Amino acid sequence: MGIEARQARQPWILLSPALTAVTLLLFVPLAFIVVYSFWLRTATGADQAGFYLDNWREALGDAFYRDILLSTLRIAAITTVVCALVGYPAAYFIARSRGNKAILLLLLMLPFWISYIIRTMSWINILGVSGALNWLLQTIGFVDEPVQMLYNETTVILGLVHFLLPFMILNVYVALEGIDVSLEDAACSLGSTRWQAFREVTLPLSLPGLAAGGLLCFVLSAGTYITPLVLGGPRDAMFANLVFEAVITQLNWPLGSALSLMLLAILGSLVLIYNHFLGMGQLMKGLG
Amino acid sequence: MGWQLVRGWTLLVYLFMFLPVAVVVLLSFNASQFGNFPMTGFSFRWFVELAGNDAILRAFRTSVILGALTAVISTTLGVLASLALVRYNVAGRNLISTFLIAPILVPEVVLAVALLLFLNALSINKSFLLLLMGHVIFTLPFVILVVQARLVGIRRDYEEAAISLGANPVQAFFQITLPLLAPAVFAGMLFAFTISFDDITGTLFWKPGGVETVPTQIFAMLRNSISPEINALGTVMILLTVGLPLLGMAVARRMAMQRGK
Repeated sequence: MGIEARQARQPWILLSPALTAVTLLLFVPLAFIVVYSFWLRTATGADQAGFYLDNWREALGDAFYRDILLSTLRIAAITTVVCALVGYPAAYFIARSRGNKAILLLLLMLPFWISYIIRTMSWINILGVSGALNWLLQTIGFVDEPVQMLYNETTVILGLVHFLLPFMILNVYVALEGIDVSLEDAACSLGSTRWQAFREVTLPLSLPGLAAGGLLCFVLSAGTYITPLVLGGPRDAMFANLVFEAVITQLNWPLGSALSLMLLAILGSLVLIYNHFLGMGQLMKGLG
Repeated sequence: MGWQLVRGWTLLVYLFMFLPVAVVVLLSFNASQFGNFPMTGFSFRWFVELAGNDAILRAFRTSVILGALTAVISTTLGVLASLALVRYNVAGRNLISTFLIAPILVPEVVLAVALLLFLNALSINKSFLLLLMGHVIFTLPFVILVVQARLVGIRRDYEEAAISLGANPVQAFFQITLPLLAPAVFAGMLFAFTISFDDITGTLFWKPGGVETVPTQIFAMLRNSISPEINALGTVMILLTVGLPLLGMAVARRMAMQRGK
């Protein structure tokens, strides 16, 4: 074998273990549940192979599933908008600050290292009946009896915002960091105010970062399973909870496959739209 | 004036991110049985009780073993793939990158269901093996992203110089390339370990009955209500998952400085 042929083969040898793993543990299983979603779970608990549309009819047609899907998307949308509004000024401050930028960035990374379940449950200590806020309200005499502030949709959104805010800030920060500061100065020297310069120069240039952060927030909150269980009430189930119910509790795997694929189709198409307009580069920058 | 407003806002955002976690740490030292406000005193008793709780110790051992195996496998796959992507002109590199990143673009629930049902059809039931495969597949993209970023900075000239000075390719790899790669490998392993150690959603789908990792154990304990013991466990977790990467960064910096000499 010539040296050139060997050179050309080497990268594929290096890539093959990872490519094999992703193929066998992600793409083949996804293809498998596509097929599985057309099978039927019979009353005896056995699977009937074939091409039945029953699961899809149930997943797409049943008002129960539709309502929860819609409320899941609504919660994800609210979470994304709140993260953007809350996170943008903070990202701007970090990008433009001089002395303490390194420490602000390090602090921003810390939440990624703290377990999701701990960050979620930490709100019980704050908002619970015997939590910090109730204690404070009683101490200043604002209320006589502790108030139950937990276990509703608002606390689910609060938990999601708390979890996802660092993703948003980091992505916006990466975009802002890539913008030359002198552009704003130039706009000002040409007669615009600081606010105008920000609105017409910096903000548009930072939109790709905002979009990357928004995509992450939306996809991660729409797929969340734990937050509604820890911070939501019995009526606050989200779509991933339905999938868990179908697959683990009811053991109706064909239906669970159809429900999972529905979620994948919706969130996957968002990723594809994003990729079409902005490419994966921005997203990778924020994640790396 | 506007700038002061942005500064104040940022301060509030950071408080929002850290205050609840700080309260977890604070309450884990609460002497009171009910563990909440008002605090009645300072005590280590909940940490002592943790150390005597068999279920938690077992969960801890499971998490550490799972995380370590995940880190080794995922980093091996990830480093090899990153070497190919960074150092060679592979046809269709962007497509390959997207393909390898795919496990984090798919919602975790969907990945969990697909893997569970597919392996079940192959008669691989809920088991430690399934858990390990699942953790490898969703940590792999993160490892590849982190390792690639580190690899870009390592020039190929050193390896070529060694070979032109008479080393064979295997010698060149082990004596030149691998030591240069060490920080990237280290960062990849640390990252994979932390992500695996923290995971809960996929783990709940894949874990066999009776097996708990630390996050699923905390989740199960929360079913009753929040207790000072959970806060103490949270504090230990925070110390570990924040302390390890900080230590890792310090070690990496030290390694880089020694090389600089």
